[in-house]
Amino acid sequence: MDINGQDLIRACSAIGAGIAVISGIGTGIGQGNAAGYGASAVGRNPGARGQIMSTMLLGQAVAETTGLYGLVVALLLLFVHPLG
Amino acid sequence: MSQAILLSGEAEIDFMIHGIIPVEIFGQKVWITTSHACILIVMGLMLVFAIAANRKIKHASERPDAFQNVIELIVEKLDGMVAGEMGKWAPKFVNYISTIFMFILLSNISGLLGLRPPTADYGTTFALALITFFMIRYNQIRHNSAKEIWTDLCSPLPPWLPIWMPINVISEIAVPISLSLRLFANVLSGTVIMALVYGLLNKFALIWPAALHVYFDLFSGGIQTYVFCMLTMTYVTQACGSEEG
Repeated sequence: MDINGQDLIRACSAIGAGIAVISGIGTGIGQGNAAGYGASAVGRNPGARGQIMSTMLLGQAVAETTGLYGLVVALLLLFVHPLG
Repeated sequence: MSQAILLSGEAEIDFMIHGIIPVEIFGQKVWITTSHACILIVMGLMLVFAIAANRKIKHASERPDAFQNVIELIVEKLDGMVAGEMGKWAPKFVNYISTIFMFILLSNISGLLGLRPPTADYGTTFALALITFFMIRYNQIRHNSAKEIWTDLCSPLPPWLPIWMPINVISEIAVPISLSLRLFANVLSGTVIMALVYGLLNKFALIWPAALHVYFDLFSGGIQTYVFCMLTMTYVTQACGSEEG
């Protein structure tokens, strides 16, 4: 089996894509934190459920951004082959 | 297997944007792509709905039937959402926010119609985010004096010491990029996963992918629509300021 330069680059791109989506760990922890505090806030004050829900979703969406950057980088590495 | 199946980009797995008609503009070859076609379909659906709703509301009756109820429900919910977030600025922006809400929602769930969602194209989401960006800047200039804007730009430090200003400028420029990438990556990830499921398990993907569609198209699409509109409203309200009547 011969491995030429392009095969090597593609293999390394796949590994890099795998490493890039590790950024999902931080996103998961952050979103879980937000959801947990949201749940405890609803437990303390059930009347403000709607307000807490929308604030929590907004915070989670902002926290999600870094994970999505990782995802975009991984997809670019896998499907667009920016390195050749 | 000479090449990994995911990397090969063979016809089985297909979630890319395809060109339909090449157009020559100033010597550049530009393609009319599937995104444009899907946007036109989504716009057509919205137009049909809008014309039907307009006719219905013009002959509105005291005792509404089902369709009038649906229209009133949509308008009431959108009005409530914008009013809850923007307060006294709501009447100025409710039309725009409602429009992009319906457009993004329909685009996101258009995967159910077998289309490639137009919001899974970075061009679409970046255009939407650019509109938000210019709305923020326009409203900031309109509602704040130059001195207030300068103080805001140097914000953690006093205005005569603009060391912090470049970082604030970068964070302002990052707003449209992060807004558009968030929507784009969420919808694209759903599209990619559905394409992988249908492409790799084509014999076995019979009925159960419906559950995946519920999550990736309906749930994720709805949440991302809500988040995009909420963030737009938050930024614009911030730019408008709240001190003046």
